[in-house]
Amino acid sequence: MTALVAAGGLADLWALPFMRYALLAGIPVAVLAGLVGYFMVLRSQVFSGDALSHVAFTGALGALAFGIDARVGLFVATIAVGAALGMLGNRGRADDVVIGAVFVWVLGLGVLALSVYTASSHSATNAAAGANVLFGSIFGLSPAKATSAALVAFALIAVVLVIARPLLFASLDEAVAAARGVPVRALGVALLALVGATAAEATQVVGALLLLGLLAAPAGAAQQLSSRPYVTMALSSAFSALSMVLGLLGSYLVPRMPPSFAIVAAAATIYGLAVLFGRGLRKRPQRTGEPA
Amino acid sequence: MPTSSGLDPVLTWNLVDDMRQVLEFPFMVNAFRAGAIVAVLSGLIGWFMVLRRQSFAGHTLAVVGFPGAAGAVLVGVSAVYGLFAFAVVAALVIALVPGGGTRGYSEESAVTGTVQAFALACGFLFVSLYGGILSGSNALLFGSFLGITQAQVVVLLAAAAAALLVLAAIARPLLFASIDPAVAAARGVPVRAMSVVFLVLLAVAAAEVSQITGTLLVFALLVVPAATAQLLTARPGLSMVLTVVLGVSVTWLALFVAYFSAYPLGFFLTTIAFALYVGAVGARRFRAVGR
Repeated sequence: MTALVAAGGLADLWALPFMRYALLAGIPVAVLAGLVGYFMVLRSQVFSGDALSHVAFTGALGALAFGIDARVGLFVATIAVGAALGMLGNRGRADDVVIGAVFVWVLGLGVLALSVYTASSHSATNAAAGANVLFGSIFGLSPAKATSAALVAFALIAVVLVIARPLLFASLDEAVAAARGVPVRALGVALLALVGATAAEATQVVGALLLLGLLAAPAGAAQQLSSRPYVTMALSSAFSALSMVLGLLGSYLVPRMPPSFAIVAAAATIYGLAVLFGRGLRKRPQRTGEPA
Repeated sequence: MPTSSGLDPVLTWNLVDDMRQVLEFPFMVNAFRAGAIVAVLSGLIGWFMVLRRQSFAGHTLAVVGFPGAAGAVLVGVSAVYGLFAFAVVAALVIALVPGGGTRGYSEESAVTGTVQAFALACGFLFVSLYGGILSGSNALLFGSFLGITQAQVVVLLAAAAAALLVLAAIARPLLFASIDPAVAAARGVPVRAMSVVFLVLLAVAAAEVSQITGTLLVFALLVVPAATAQLLTARPGLSMVLTVVLGVSVTWLALFVAYFSAYPLGFFLTTIAFALYVGAVGARRFRAVGR
């Protein structure tokens, strides 16, 4: 009975164009975030993701201020800064004070771009740009934007899966991987560039401020439940996609609840449940080497 | 954010005259007062924070202020109280969760990321329930110096005075515990209690700074002046004084420039502070080369 109602509800959802495009873009982006987030949590690089989300805000609004498509600014800024962080990474971990000083300034630039953009015209769409970039506007995705976000997400998922094996090796035992001829450094740079691209994708869905929830929570939950790398990776993507679907559904049922809140709340709930009911004694993969 | 005064402010070469023009408005006088209070408090507490490498705890406490302020506005209380309440509760939670109050990078984990994102999401929910997404969230996130009331200045001053009294009382043992916790513990300094008290002080400072800079730009006053001063001198007393001087000058200069400009305070505040930091890094390199 409940299953029937749920199935009927889902069919109704699919009939709504804005919901169809939200699911079309949201699920691939969530799967991508789950995969990339797994590697980030494994390598203790969660704060690089935090930093890249600030860059995403400034990139998107900077592009808008110059009259370019926000997505161009998003991808250029996040991938460039991600790769740069990766290259600096091997020379020792950046100081938290340095990161703090640089990223508060990056946000300051974003605030400037926001005010330039909102002042350039008095239309309501411009005025909402700040809130949309910060908190996402998944129900506002046009068919073209949803399709391109989905295609880019599929391409990035393919890249992650191709480099997953050597990347896993390099993340678990950097020294041995390097000795066996795995290009450890290049993989580190590639991963941070991928995190950047994922931040750019996720900004369009849940917004620059909330994307950390989609990167960190599903991966953290998956690590509570399994220590086998490929199982954890799959669980992380599944949890992320599940949060997306539950969040969209929740915000459809309770219209006053913004979708990005519902998605992050679902992810945080899954994480909380995993911590409470996960296996207490799970073997953690041994981390060696200094992560960036 | 253009200034909302009826007159169009014009910057002339006569700086005294400009200053008189700025201070003609009570809200600007309040902004300068509030800015000074916040800069002194955040400078001193930020100085210890930078020394103790707890920037990310400071970031988390500041982010938690956003749902606090938005929730307070939603239930019809002044945002100030929400900021203080949420930040102090979060500080106690961080301090009491096992392992959470320890120093440094141990906070770098999925937990912190999840908590931060969830806090911001809650703030967004409250703001959108309130219905004032545009002006509401931007002012809470990126700050606003317009419309700071006399009452707010009094609250800021009272909280800052209380926090500074506590800090003055524990300053010496705190410095000892921050520089060498092991030796301090051996000498009978209550290191653990010290770190709990300090986190609460940090929460008060983060909540105060949020009122000027917004919750996202708190580092502009909490981290950058202290980091700049610590680059310039290694002597604790001198670098504390330098931090306060830098913090107050950056805040006042940014308020002054923002008043005459069409662009937001947050941009000027972060840019001036960051420029000084970069200058200090450069000066240090230069001195090292000269030796």
